[in-house]
Amino acid sequence: MANHVPSLALRHQFGDVEQQKEASTLGMWVFLVTEIMFFGGMFLAYAIYRHLYPAAYGMGSNELNLILGAVSTAILICSSFFMACAVNSAATGQRIALTVFLILTICLAASFLVIEMSEWYDLHQHGLMPGLGFHTDKPDASHIQLFFCMYFAMTGLHASHVLIGIGILSVMTFRAFGGDFTPVYYTPIEVTGLYWHFVDLVWIFLFPLFYLVARHAAK
Amino acid sequence: MPEHIVTKKTYFWIFAVLMVLTFVTTAVGMIDLGPFNVILALLIAVIKGVLVVLFFMHIYYSERLTQLVVVAGTLWLFLLLFLTSGDYFTREWLKVPGK
Repeated sequence: MANHVPSLALRHQFGDVEQQKEASTLGMWVFLVTEIMFFGGMFLAYAIYRHLYPAAYGMGSNELNLILGAVSTAILICSSFFMACAVNSAATGQRIALTVFLILTICLAASFLVIEMSEWYDLHQHGLMPGLGFHTDKPDASHIQLFFCMYFAMTGLHASHVLIGIGILSVMTFRAFGGDFTPVYYTPIEVTGLYWHFVDLVWIFLFPLFYLVARHAAK
Repeated sequence: MPEHIVTKKTYFWIFAVLMVLTFVTTAVGMIDLGPFNVILALLIAVIKGVLVVLFFMHIYYSERLTQLVVVAGTLWLFLLLFLTSGDYFTREWLKVPGK
């Protein structure tokens, strides 16, 4: 390995570049595990209320647009794929490809948010925003409102992660275009990738739980 | 230890499988299968999640310590889920006032 690596490549507390990269990856995974526990608590609350009020969950779920949910799932998976390609481009030293893949990831993340916001707006127009003039003709309105509390809390928390991800990805795009990353040192791209795939991972579970599994429970 | 660079081709195949599974889970969600709706939807979600973690997040190629952190984190999540839901779902078995 070349002796003249950029100063960012190896901080003095590490023995070699490989060890430094493994330490960063491990640190990111520890953070992601705390995030998994954070979302895990909300998934648990979802499961308990679904167990208690299955019919209300079913009626709430049928108000959601299944096609929009499926399309936004596909969009997030696409963005995850582009992010993975960005990591590969960074590892093989393709600066322009890296920049382009990062921009594509940001575009898809933004379109995910646009679709989600339009669905939220739609629900608000139908009077299904908890606390803001919630009303429904269906029986057991208070527990349908509870379903939408869970829906907006969990998709909202997820959307805030997407928003933070767009911020991180934007910074990475500028750094990548400026030539900050080499095949020796691209740990920030790798770690950003881990974060982005985590955001995708959470949605992979949110989509079936809100859009799919309760649909037929209304009877 | 030389690091493993995952090729774009591998990523593409994982991506393709994820898209197919998304289509399947949506299609299955439209049919009423009783309790199997929940089982199938969760099973497909778990398969998709495992694919993302193993390949997109490189855990399949990672060193043992990182793999251990992921497995331990998942076990801890199941502790949270099982112990708390176990409490909620069995409380009504004993008619104790103030449950």
